[in-house]
Amino acid sequence: MSRALRFLPLVVMVLIIGALLWRLANPADTIIRSKLEGQPVPAFALPAATPGKPALASADLVTGRPRLLNIFASWCVPCIAEAPVLAELKRRGVAIDAIAVRDRPEDVAQFLVRHGDPFDRIGSDDNSRVQLALGSSGVPESFVVDGKGVIRFQHVGPIEPNQIPDILAELEKAR
Amino acid sequence: MNRLSSFPRKREPSPLRRIWVSAFAGMTILMLSAPAFADSNLPPAQWANRQLPDARQEAAATRLMFEIRCLVCQGQSIADSDAEMAGDMRHLIRTRVAAGENPDAIRTWLVERYGNWISYQPPTAPIGWPLWLAPLLLLGAGLLLIRHRIARRRLK
Repeated sequence: MSRALRFLPLVVMVLIIGALLWRLANPADTIIRSKLEGQPVPAFALPAATPGKPALASADLVTGRPRLLNIFASWCVPCIAEAPVLAELKRRGVAIDAIAVRDRPEDVAQFLVRHGDPFDRIGSDDNSRVQLALGSSGVPESFVVDGKGVIRFQHVGPIEPNQIPDILAELEKAR
Repeated sequence: MNRLSSFPRKREPSPLRRIWVSAFAGMTILMLSAPAFADSNLPPAQWANRQLPDARQEAAATRLMFEIRCLVCQGQSIADSDAEMAGDMRHLIRTRVAAGENPDAIRTWLVERYGNWISYQPPTAPIGWPLWLAPLLLLGAGLLLIRHRIARRRLK
């Protein structure tokens, strides 16, 4: 065996350890994104999440102008943190609809009273069926839907106050 | 009597004992408190934890559930997970299998939404070829090495 080949196992080991160290320093992204960006919102028709608030169907999203579709739940703590940001987006003229996941009407009503109601329509998704159809993996999430009902952008997690310009830019792009 | 009272009635607890007591109290509180998973107030979906009446359909659904990855507790299959979303995914799979849908079609439907990540059945796409070929290459290298050694020993 040649002299250079003798060090091959060592080199392989160093490479493996290097790869492991690199992965430790740069943990893999655990966010699962929807693959439906660029595709029409899957057809659905959800009942109203709470009395006095219109129900939500996929056809309601086709309005000729971009809308924000927010996936939330009254039992979701980050959704409370996101509420003022949605209110600010609403104040800036953004049309927002919502899907309440696994929620009870009274809890949704209480959430709206307590944390504000920037939503035009709220559909109730009892078995996360529409959430799964959208490729959403948790609450809260927001989808930018253009005037033709095509998903243009997905935001995973609560929208932070400093991300408002990004969302507005995505809505502008979807115009 | 006098002698007895000269003993201190309460001794200051030692620092070590204090640490033990507070550690024990902390553990007890942790064990008693509910885990802070955000869970809804709704009961599990109808078919989340219930088997389908048709044994063959249930077997097909279960086979698929073991090959679909949980979105919340990544690394578990939805068959193994207690997460609410995994329950809703089992409900979705059982409902659609009961409606006569092919499990492969349901898998495709999920992959369209979440990517190949969602399936534990790796696709035989070009990106996966090295993975399939690596064992064969290693086996071939091993056989070559053995042949080399045997040939060398014969020469001796």
